[in-house]
This record gives sequence, structure tokens and C-alpha cells, in this order.
Amino acid sequence: MIQKHQFIVVGGGIAGLGAAIEAKEAGLDVLVVSLTHPVRSHSTCAQGGINAPLGNHPEGHDDTWEKHAYDTVKGSDFLADQDAVELMCKEAAPRIYELEHWGVPFSRFDDGRIAQRPFGGAAFPRTCYAADKTGHLIMHALYQRAVKLGVPIVYDRLVFKLARNDERVTGIVALNLITGDLEAYEADAVMIATGGYGRVYANTTNSINNTGLGMAMVYKAGVPLQDMEFVQFHPTTLVGTNILMTEGARGEGGYLRNKLGERFMKKYAPEKMELAPRDIVARAIWTEIMEGRGFDGQYVHLDLTHLGKDHIMERLPQIRELALNFLGIDMIYDPIPIQPGQHYSMGGIAANKHTETPLKGLYAAGECSCVSVHGANRLGGNSLLETAVFGKVGGKKVIEFLQNTPPHNDTASVEKALEEAKTQIEHLLSKDGDEDVFELTKELREIMKAKTFVFRNEKDLQEVIDKIHELKQRYKNIRIKTKDRHYNLELERAISLEGMLLIAETIAAGALYRKESRGAHFRTDYPERDDEKFLHHSMFYYKKWDEPPEIKQKEVVITRWQPVERKY
Amino acid sequence: MSKNGENDHLTRIYDFTIKIKRFDPTTDEAPYWKEYKVSIPKATTLLDTLFKIIEEQDSTLAMRYNCRSAVCGSDAMLINGKYALACQTKPAELGTSTITVEPLPYLPVIKDLVVNMDPFFEKLRAIKPYLITDEDNWPEKEFLQSPAIQKRIDDFSGCIACGSCYSSCVTVWTDKNYLGPAALAQAFRFVIDNRDTATKERLEIADSEDGVYRCHTSFNCVEACPKGIQPTDAIQGLKRKIAVQKIKSLLRLG
Repeated sequence: MIQKHQFIVVGGGIAGLGAAIEAKEAGLDVLVVSLTHPVRSHSTCAQGGINAPLGNHPEGHDDTWEKHAYDTVKGSDFLADQDAVELMCKEAAPRIYELEHWGVPFSRFDDGRIAQRPFGGAAFPRTCYAADKTGHLIMHALYQRAVKLGVPIVYDRLVFKLARNDERVTGIVALNLITGDLEAYEADAVMIATGGYGRVYANTTNSINNTGLGMAMVYKAGVPLQDMEFVQFHPTTLVGTNILMTEGARGEGGYLRNKLGERFMKKYAPEKMELAPRDIVARAIWTEIMEGRGFDGQYVHLDLTHLGKDHIMERLPQIRELALNFLGIDMIYDPIPIQPGQHYSMGGIAANKHTETPLKGLYAAGECSCVSVHGANRLGGNSLLETAVFGKVGGKKVIEFLQNTPPHNDTASVEKALEEAKTQIEHLLSKDGDEDVFELTKELREIMKAKTFVFRNEKDLQEVIDKIHELKQRYKNIRIKTKDRHYNLELERAISLEGMLLIAETIAAGALYRKESRGAHFRTDYPERDDEKFLHHSMFYYKKWDEPPEIKQKEVVITRWQPVERKY
Repeated sequence: MSKNGENDHLTRIYDFTIKIKRFDPTTDEAPYWKEYKVSIPKATTLLDTLFKIIEEQDSTLAMRYNCRSAVCGSDAMLINGKYALACQTKPAELGTSTITVEPLPYLPVIKDLVVNMDPFFEKLRAIKPYLITDEDNWPEKEFLQSPAIQKRIDDFSGCIACGSCYSSCVTVWTDKNYLGPAALAQAFRFVIDNRDTATKERLEIADSEDGVYRCHTSFNCVEACPKGIQPTDAIQGLKRKIAVQKIKSLLRLG
């Protein structure tokens, strides 16, 4: 049985629902197919805020979209496509107002306008927030809007196979976790909005389901991934669990201190201090730890004790709860042990500023995409903005596409994908090897953490590539112990692991290829940015399971800001 | 690592028996208990303990999860008979060496700890859980809202839709049509929002036979909520607003 819809959105987070809402309002036959219920999405984990040059902050009256765009481009170490950045920053204010009209309960200034606070790498306080639950509240408001409009949503579906023909995308195949059956969906347009791949790392702030399967699925179907070597490591994650402690904590005035009690950021970013961009702060923390000025060789302190109880309870209540619950530390009275952890994927499915991928009818928005507005390093507060803006932009583009493009009517290609997916699942379940899904996953995540982290070098990266090659061979020999398909988490993990191996391989291959240091990608053996050789995007093409990706170059779109040295 | 300088909560290992209520309605006639022995550090959450069981002992166990930081609402369950999120609970802090784990009661079990949340979300939909405004006359910028109103909304907007309050409610147990604590708290969240224009309609829904007057104020929902939300506060608030609305319409009639 193949279900038919005009438009399928894969993923029910902020980007996906944004696109679906747009399409539904235009009267399209849209369906959201998601692994989790929308309010369970990783979007809810975004804490600190969303950037827009509203000019509401007393120190931000002169803010403009151009200034926001320049901060974003500089933050990206000049790798972002400036046409996409311009679009995002122009759309930021109207989109925030729209979200507000839909119900997001933003924090307010006394005059009743949306409150804004300083964030890293920004010339003005332009980060709008709802305490430290901004993602949660935007996600819920979007879900509420989707309920109002009657957007159809199905969840408990693991989408793992793209259907296509030579010309265009034709649908998707999903594993229904509840029944264990495969479901095929035919569609004239498909948007991937499946989020990031953080779980490829052992030390990540990301939700457990963020395995990058959506990216891996389209990569395997011949669509290129872009800039995969650029992985954001968030400076402040709780030691041990790597649960996020928002940049808003530093935006509100928090200090970073080493074990000598020094505010060490003065050595690394004398002007911006704790509010330097994330790549710089993460490297500074890791340097302090490596040079013996951390605690237990593992962490430094995020000190908020000078902010006072009232301020913390009003602006940062969630992270206080989290630190209390997970470490038993009350940040009102004691500093929080933090360390950098994987946080965000700047890279993703290659897409232009309209979210169009190179495959006709296929769109990608949010963290799984690379449109590219973040380049080599994303600024805090720009990820919620990207999802909010490009979900909507993509939805609009799909409406236009469907108005101008006849249906493909190629049900055969969807049937073929369904058959291939069936074979894949049956093969996985019937194999009687001696490798364990969970063990392979663990080995992958540990080596990514150890050798593809804040500081990278050729020897380490080659080791990672060799290890991934070994894991790919061993993957052929796995054995799934639980054969019953009904809500089979082991099967789900096995399908996801295939994707994780492919994603990890592109990250390591890209990091080895890029013999320079730019933004979040730092090579100790090539510590300088090299615009002559590397001012371009890297594009990754899937060849075969046993072969590494093919890497090509794509020009960076530069509209008005020529690269200059990046100082803070 | 901790503020007292204790460094044992990642290293010292504790032994527990995790007793899980298992049920697969497609194959089992009735739910049954299954026990698992685990050795874990003090800092380990129940969610991580359940993963350890799945990965090392029994991958047939089913559960829902995602953020592991108490914001996605996936992993509410009954732990030692109390409503809690698995990611927010540490076995070492429960004070028992045997820990019972059950799915949310009064919701249909899909498998083991995975329940069908449809009844919960249907009730939520019934109260029109979205801001209602005059969409043809939106302001050019934001609606203005005082910090005081925003903070009052904040008392209820932190709901993660985990279903604990709904599952714990004595009225829900006996009356499948009762809107329940989460939905009524959300109704109140919109009633107190100065941007919303549908107060009358919302109060009518709250005043219906499935609404606020079915609440027995047993406060189970308050105890069950892992986010410290007080749905009963919202229900009382709705009752007051309903009373005021009624007096107003009586006066108009007079």
C-alpha cells in the first residue's frame, strides 16, 4: 500500500512544522512524517534564544539586518553563502513577529516589547528569548499553530529510504515502529527536516535520536552533503553528561574561570571575553584544560554566582534545574563544571537559499541542511532563526514548485524503493553475524570524540578514517538479537548506525581534506586560514559502501563582505 | 566534582534490581514483571540504566526517549509507584535496592513502557490550544505584553506534554471525557494571555460538563508534574473567571 500526498515533510521540529504550516495554509495536501511527536523534537532543547535585529534593547536601537548579517558572515569565518545570510537576516524580524503573533510567550522588557540579550559574536544585544526555554516555547507554539490549521502528522516513523528516479524525488519509505511494518509514501515534493547528527559523537548535547539518518538517507540516494568537517563544539556543556548550559548564561554576565580562578578568556579574546564566538571559546577552554589549568583534567568553571538568585531564577531557571538535577550543584551559590561538547552540525544536505537541493523536488531545511548560513562556525541564536526562517522559505518554495510542476506519477519508483527497503530490513534481521549494534555504535562515537574534536591533526584523522572503514566492514557482520519487529529499538539502532557510519566518514574525510584552520575546524598541523586554497565549500558524494566519499569544491557566494582576518 | 568535594558519584558502583512491567499486547495475554540486575555509578539516571539493560541484557524492551534532559516529555513513567521522568530520576536517590518501573497507567500500552498518547493529545486539542487573535489586524510588530502577564503565562507554558498529570488524575480514571489537568492548564494559559481574544469561548469549554467542575482537587496532578506546574492553580483560576463572566452576563441581563 502506497499513500499519496503532494508534499511530505520528514521531521516535525521547528523547520519541518514551519514548512508544513506554510503548505497547509496554501491548501496543499501535506503530511508530516516524524520519528517523534513534534513536541518531543530536539528543537525543544534550544535554550538561549533567537537572533533578530528588532532594536528593542536599549543598547541595540541602531541594530539593522545588515549588521546582523555581517556578524553572521564574520562568525562563519567567511565561509557562509552571503546571499543566504542576507535572506535570513532580512526575514528575521518579520518571522519573530509572526511567531509572536502565533503565541510564543517571549520574555518582555518593561515597555511590553520582546526582550533581547547579548550573545556571542554579536555587535548588539539582539537575541530574543523566552527565559532559557526558547526552543521549547517556539516548538510548542508551532505545534499549536499546526493543530489550529489541522496539519496532518504521523509519528513513531523512522524514515530511512528515499524514492527517486533519474530526474526527481518521488517519495520516502518509513519503518512504522509500532507495527514494525514498512510504509511507502509517494509525493511530488519532499522536505528533509530531520535535524543534526550529534549522536555520532560520544560527547554531545544532542538528543538521543539525532543520528543524522535524514542526511545519510539522501546522501546515499545521490544528493551531496556539504561542509561536513565543520562541527560546532559548544563551550559550556555539563561535565559527564554534556547537557547544554546555554550561551545565555554568559550573555547574562557569567564568567569562565580556570582552576587558578582566572577569567582566562582575556588571553584569547580580550575584547569580547566570554562572548567571543563558540569556536574560539571552546578552543580556549580546551587549551586551558590541556595545559593543566582545568579541574581533574576535564573541565573549567562557569561562574554565575555574582548574578544573584533573582536574576538566575528569572532568566536561567531551566539550566539551574538541570545542573541541580544532574550534578547536584546550585549555580546560585556554586560554579558549574563545564567542558566543550559536540553541539551542532554546520554542514548538511547541500541546499541553496530556497532550500532546494540538487535533486528536483527535494528540499532540506534546518540543521540537517547546509544552505549555508553558518559557514565554518555558527553564532549562538542563529540556529533557531535558521530553522524558523528556512522552514517557512522552503514551504513557500514548495508551493511554487507544485504549482508549476506536473506530478511525476512514477509510482513504480516508490514501489522499487519499498522493495529495496524490505530487502534491507529482512537482511538485517536474518543475518547471523557476531557483531553487536550497540558495541559498534559505541566504538564509533568514542573515536569521533577522541580524534575529531576541537583540535585535529592528520595522524588522528587518518586513524578515524581507518577505524570507520573497519566498523563498516564489521557492520556487514552484525546480528540483531531481537527479531520481533514490534517497537524494536535494536532494529532502529541498526538502521541508524548505517547512516551514522556514513556521516562520520564525511566529517573525518572533510577534516583531513581541509588543510587549514577555519571557524570550528582547527588543524594543529595547519593552524592558519588559507583563503587561497580553501575559500570554498566541500561537497561530499556517496560512491559505494566500501569506498570513501568523493570530495568536490563549490564556490562560496560573496555578495558584499570580502574575507578579512577574524578578530574578537 | 560535587561542591563537597565528593568524587564518588561517577566511580563508586551500586547494585540494583530493576523490576519492569512488560507487556506486548500483540503477543502477551497479560502484563508481567521482569527483573534485571544492574551495577551502576551513583550519578546514572534511570533512563541510562534502562538503556544499559536494552544494550547489555534484553533488547526486546521498548521505551520512548529523546532529549534526556527533562524537556521533550518522552519518558514519563511510574517509578516505584510515583510519576517521574526516567531521565530526571537516579536509582541511587530512590532509597530502595529494588526499583519498579511501569508505563503510565490509564493510557493504552503499545509495548512495555511505550503508551498511546492519543487520548492525552485529543483532550489538549479540545481546548483549542493555540493563540486566537484577529489575524487580519495583526500589529506591524509584536503585540505588547507586560512582564507580569508573561511571567504568569510562564507558570503553565513550561508544560512538556509528558502526560503524567493526565495519567494521575482520579477523574480521568473514571471519566474518559474529562478534559484533564494538562488541557485545562493550557486553557488557562491562553485565558490569561492579553493577546488572546477567545476568552469567552475558552471559558465555555472549561465550564462544560467535561470541564473544571469535574476536578476533585485531589492534587495528584500537582504531585505528578515533573516540571513543578500546578494545574489545580489553573483550574481554580478558570473557575474564578467563569464566575466573573457569569456575574457580568447576569448584570447585563438585569
